[in-house]
Amino acid sequence: MTDYLLIIISTVLVNNFVLVQFLGLCPFMGVSNKLETAMGMSLATTFVLTLSSVCSYLVYTYLLAPLEITYLKTISFILVIAVVVQFTEMVVRKTSPLLYKLLGIFLPLITTNCAVLGVALLNIKKMNGFVDSIVYGFGAAVGFSLALILFSAMRERITVADVPAPFQGTAIGMVTAGLMSLAFLGFTGLVQF
Amino acid sequence: MSLIRITSPHAHRPGNTGSVMLTVLMATLPGLAAMTFFFGWGTLIQVLWGSLLAIALEAACVKLRQRPVSFYLTDYSALVTAVLIGLALPPFAPWWVMTVGIIVAIIIAKQLYGGMGSNPFNPAMVAYALLLVSFPIQMTSWAGPFVMNGDGWAVVSLGDTLSAIFGTAGAAVDAHTMATPLDIMRHRGGFTTEEMWVKDALLANGIGAWHAVSAAYFMGGVFLLYKKIFTWHTPVAMLASLTLLATLSFLLMPDQYPDPFFHLTTGATMLGAFFIATDPVTSATSNKGKLWFGAGIGLLVFVIRTWGNYPDAVAFAILLMNLCAPFIDQYTQPRSYGHAKPNRGMK
Repeated sequence: MTDYLLIIISTVLVNNFVLVQFLGLCPFMGVSNKLETAMGMSLATTFVLTLSSVCSYLVYTYLLAPLEITYLKTISFILVIAVVVQFTEMVVRKTSPLLYKLLGIFLPLITTNCAVLGVALLNIKKMNGFVDSIVYGFGAAVGFSLALILFSAMRERITVADVPAPFQGTAIGMVTAGLMSLAFLGFTGLVQF
Repeated sequence: MSLIRITSPHAHRPGNTGSVMLTVLMATLPGLAAMTFFFGWGTLIQVLWGSLLAIALEAACVKLRQRPVSFYLTDYSALVTAVLIGLALPPFAPWWVMTVGIIVAIIIAKQLYGGMGSNPFNPAMVAYALLLVSFPIQMTSWAGPFVMNGDGWAVVSLGDTLSAIFGTAGAAVDAHTMATPLDIMRHRGGFTTEEMWVKDALLANGIGAWHAVSAAYFMGGVFLLYKKIFTWHTPVAMLASLTLLATLSFLLMPDQYPDPFFHLTTGATMLGAFFIATDPVTSATSNKGKLWFGAGIGLLVFVIRTWGNYPDAVAFAILLMNLCAPFIDQYTQPRSYGHAKPNRGMK
């Protein structure tokens, strides 16, 4: 149990995928203009990340490893992720048409979210065991959601600030993301992983 | 008989940002005096050097944006930022440490966002965190309190201090630098806290200096509360949550965790609680929000001090809560009278 808690703390705070490992920056910058959209995106990404880390673990352990074709792992994970995203898209479209419209192009773009592929590959490298992989994927997703939601609340405030013309929009967003990442450095050393 | 009717607000004196900032500057004086008294000339020099740089940079930025310079300089917010960085830096830190800090604070953390009132992060704490991450050696060698050295006040002369800060002759002060109490408690190498209190010279003899400095900041903070510069919510919530966590851990394992009094009176706890966390721009807005904001800082300070790599966590804790503040505001907006509770979140 303590192990799982440490994995969660490590992935959410210490090695946050967005702010410390700099993965998944495209949705982080792209969908963070409004808090509500960011929350929808977080939920969708959490679902995809957890499910894809489960599927990629199963594919790796029961298909690639026995056949000794682990060098195909990157390409097969991309396929697995694409399937999971397609599935999520169908679910969101059925259950929340409004959210489906709000997320727009970013929902299918979860496929190209490097955090998703990053988690699948890091899972193979760092984690051992089925439950570990699920917890790692879930923790990574929570970390991504935390960063995205806090960032979008912040950007709503920055939009109304008197930012100098050359820095408006994405530029000041990048500066803010940098300062957030500086703040997250404070968690260094909480967990050694 | 003529009756003079005046409508509210019945303010007998117009308040403005400048007067608020001047009151804050005044409240830092006891702390500045205590720091100078116990740790020598260094702090005073840092504060003056920082103020000079901050005013020059602020003026340059405002000029670049073609705004009225004197109007923006007389809100004194740049000066407050500089004084806070000066109080937070080690007294013998070289001049370029302060220079980098001021450039980051004024340009990146403040002016890029459009100047005072728009910055999401506290500029002084952004500068401090950046310096701590970038220059760990300069930022962690603190001056020893004079009570430890026994040669009377200002063991390191004014000239030596100046040459240590602005020259290359750091050797003159090297003998007088040491770790902070928090640093010693954090890296105690297998000893229990009780053993450290007896074994370590600074903890055994010099801790009084830190208590006095904290008391001075506390006095300044109470003065600001009395002047109604900020409400009690943020500092009380922060100190209460830190005390609660420290007391619980101390009662459970007294040989592993320092006592709550130690947490409250060393490091930047008091400076952070009264002068930095209460920054009206970067903290939460509503009273309920301020309670959450303060409690979050207390929790993070305890967590990072106890398990993290950095011995004093106030800067990081405040930055982390700064980035939560807009989110807290979103969910602690008070209900306006006669309106239903707003329905926020996903629809």
